[in-house]
Amino acid sequence: MQFIPNTPLKNGMLKELGEHDIEDLFSDIPRKIRIKNLDLPEGLTQLQTEERLRTLARKNKSFFEMPSFLGGGFKPHYIPAAVKAVISRSEFYTAYTPYQPETSQGFLQAIFEYQSMIAELTGMDVSNASLYDGATALGEAALMCTRINKRKKFVIPANISWEKKCVLRNYTKGAGITTKEIPYEKQTGKINLSSLKKTLDADTSGVYIENPNFFGVFEDEGEEISALLRKNQSLFVVGVDPLSLGIVKNPGEYRADIVIGEGKSLGNPLDFGGSTLGIFACKNEFVRQIPGRLIGMTKDSEGKRAFCMTLQTREQHIRREKATSNICTNEGLCMLAAATYLSWLGGKGLQTISTINFQRGQDLEKKITSIPGYHLKFSGTHFNEFVIQCNDVEKTHTSLLQQGIQGGLLLESEYPELKNCLLFGITELHSEEHIRRLLSLLKGVA
Amino acid sequence: MYRSAVYDEPLLKDLEEHTIEKYTPLWSLPKSLRRTKKISLPNLDETQVMRHFFHLSQMNYGIESGIYPLGSCTMKYNPKICEEISRWEQFALLHPYQDESTIQGALQIMYELEHMLGEITGMDSFTLQPAAGAQGEFTGLLLARAYHEYHRDFSRDEVILPDTSHGTNPASAAMTGYKVIEIPSTDEGTVNLEMLKKALSEKTACFMLTNPNTLGIFESDIVDIARMVHVAGALLYYDGANMNAIMGKARPGDMGFDIVHLNLHKTFSTPHGGGGPGSGPVGVKQSLERFLPVPRVVKRGNNYAFDYNYPDSIGKIKAGYGNFSSILKAYVYILLMGGNGLKETSEIAVLNANYMKKKLVDSGHYTLPGRALRKHEFVISCEDLLKKKGIRALDVAKRLLDYGLHPPTVYFPHLVKEALMIEPTESEAKKTLDFYIDTLLKIAQEEPEVVKNAPYNTVVRRIDEVGAAKNPILTWKTQESVKETITVS
Repeated sequence: MQFIPNTPLKNGMLKELGEHDIEDLFSDIPRKIRIKNLDLPEGLTQLQTEERLRTLARKNKSFFEMPSFLGGGFKPHYIPAAVKAVISRSEFYTAYTPYQPETSQGFLQAIFEYQSMIAELTGMDVSNASLYDGATALGEAALMCTRINKRKKFVIPANISWEKKCVLRNYTKGAGITTKEIPYEKQTGKINLSSLKKTLDADTSGVYIENPNFFGVFEDEGEEISALLRKNQSLFVVGVDPLSLGIVKNPGEYRADIVIGEGKSLGNPLDFGGSTLGIFACKNEFVRQIPGRLIGMTKDSEGKRAFCMTLQTREQHIRREKATSNICTNEGLCMLAAATYLSWLGGKGLQTISTINFQRGQDLEKKITSIPGYHLKFSGTHFNEFVIQCNDVEKTHTSLLQQGIQGGLLLESEYPELKNCLLFGITELHSEEHIRRLLSLLKGVA
Repeated sequence: MYRSAVYDEPLLKDLEEHTIEKYTPLWSLPKSLRRTKKISLPNLDETQVMRHFFHLSQMNYGIESGIYPLGSCTMKYNPKICEEISRWEQFALLHPYQDESTIQGALQIMYELEHMLGEITGMDSFTLQPAAGAQGEFTGLLLARAYHEYHRDFSRDEVILPDTSHGTNPASAAMTGYKVIEIPSTDEGTVNLEMLKKALSEKTACFMLTNPNTLGIFESDIVDIARMVHVAGALLYYDGANMNAIMGKARPGDMGFDIVHLNLHKTFSTPHGGGGPGSGPVGVKQSLERFLPVPRVVKRGNNYAFDYNYPDSIGKIKAGYGNFSSILKAYVYILLMGGNGLKETSEIAVLNANYMKKKLVDSGHYTLPGRALRKHEFVISCEDLLKKKGIRALDVAKRLLDYGLHPPTVYFPHLVKEALMIEPTESEAKKTLDFYIDTLLKIAQEEPEVVKNAPYNTVVRRIDEVGAAKNPILTWKTQESVKETITVS
């Protein structure tokens, strides 16, 4: 049997235990619940397995076989070979959580570097070592707000994804937190400030905005919102696309308290939507309320620099039901990819990639809206995603698909008011040929 | 013998030569959005970046460095073929919102894996959405709550669990809004039926259990336990962290469990990635199926599809459909092993654990609290060593590092004093087990001072964790502001 070296030694080892049969080792399982076998096929050889998986793989169409212009948060980005090489080091990818720091200094230092870079990017003081994804990071942020100020109402705008709203409800229900949704401006796609003002009250624990939001539009009134929240003593939670932070203000500049985000775009493949990377950063004053793992720098017994997990009394393995979160396994390797990616880019590279994504977003939007029948839905400044309204969304979508292009994301099922609307997204990965084909097909169905 | 490389590796930021370079803002952005400050990320060449992370990798113990017998973690070998396949573009470059006609292979894999896990556990339906074991627990408890609410039973606000349970169990229960009732175990280390009976009431939503439990002991009363829980109107939850012990031997579904979570990154060999990504699928009996997260993967004729039409569903607990790369690797692993291979896996995992246990306990240096027969893991105590020589479990763990071996889990479960929790898994050869045993025996006979000051052969010596928590230095920035300098050598 592959991967089980002691199979041939079974009888000898049993003998040393004073047993005759492997079944003796399972005598503590009552007879009536014992089974003889699993009703699964025989194992395959590695060659057979690859053949089987190739057949399955052929039933999928990858980005390069069928370019996609889907918005909605997930987008393909270029991943440098260096990043792939680092996360392919088996010392990293096969390691456990670094509970034994003396033999995990490498990973611990990498996490420390990640925490430092995320703090720098978001303008926060501290970052944790990752959560599952951007959606659960929102849930954890809402819980953290209530832990800090004991208030029980968390405010979100309508212009975030349905998935996030749903995950948030599941995360907050147990703590008795209600979520209140405020509308977006029909014209700009931005959060409606006057609704926000009216909603704030003495029980508002925190407010979440997303920058850019689900429609790709930047919320440019961070200062105003943070002033309102300060006055109301509510916390300010901001969601970011980390790849936009090379060119836009970081949330620290408009005085956010907690910054979260989906970090998949930092060196991680699409992977059909997972694995993901939950970014979670906050101000220093809240560090003891943060969910998840933190790595600190300290010394060893000889005074030499060392790293270890720290402030562990927040965590489930010490505090059990009083922990700040139940999270144990996080997204370590995705975090390592992000750390490698950010150090490969550097500050200058990040600015470049942000600029490219911004400009390509503007260019594609202008090219699409120059075709008769396609209109930009929201006037707010957008990043690399934007909403287009057309005459017949189903027809457009189907005809693109038939020609081997996945167009924008259909929005009507989640946002009934956005009839015939498509959410487009573009990154540095889309080739000129992809764009040319998209435009010519759009012209054809307009 | 494994030896870590020793580098005085600078922080990334200290690799950069300081230059005064101005940040040129992107003027086409409105002023209200425009960044004006330089981004303080070091600008390095790929050569420097690669050397940095290569050095770090060489100061990190992985599964190919040697045995990794962390109890309840199932650190088995991660077959290379699973990694390779997961990187194929037709899997790695799939968008979650692509048209269903272009993701039939991915959907088929998810559909088939759900059914394979159903067969392995004896459960009726699975969701692959949870990102890790703890999120699986959280999902399972959300399902339990939805179930009771559906039956208009609103008085159940308690979750019972034994004192041997994983820390995530009570934490997940608390996150779901439940009160946690912890019951003490018997002297043998199993569920105390009297205590359970007392704790169960019309307020109990769920009893959470790991079987075999964290001592590695199979809860032989499980059928009675299930009956008691169900008579009380509560549900029985299976923490699948220890599933590696019983595949092909017994199934939680047949034992009476209503909800099960598995850890694909334990039992089904997907790598731990230094802490993740994991995957924590949840399986349920038919009575709970309607509450499972959406979308469900369904088969219609020869085609696979996502189905969101489950009005009683709890909705979503994570973006996307779960950690697909882990799902794919587990699927490949199960294909490779087959039903008999999985059975063999559990048999040898249990054989290896009992082999180590016997040799260690027979030596007289370590004691074994609780019943003798263990499953895939066992917990021994260093209490005698502490009494006789002042050597603690932590000292033994650190000393193992000097011999190039990864220590077991220490100080868990809490009811065992000076606990070493050892899970060798089926991946380890007998010679490796023998070396590990011999080393533990050797350490027990070493000079106490030598053991208490270990490790010596690691890249750093014993770490000041108290200091780390007292004045947390969590970023480059804080490190720069700290007056006392910490040197790398």
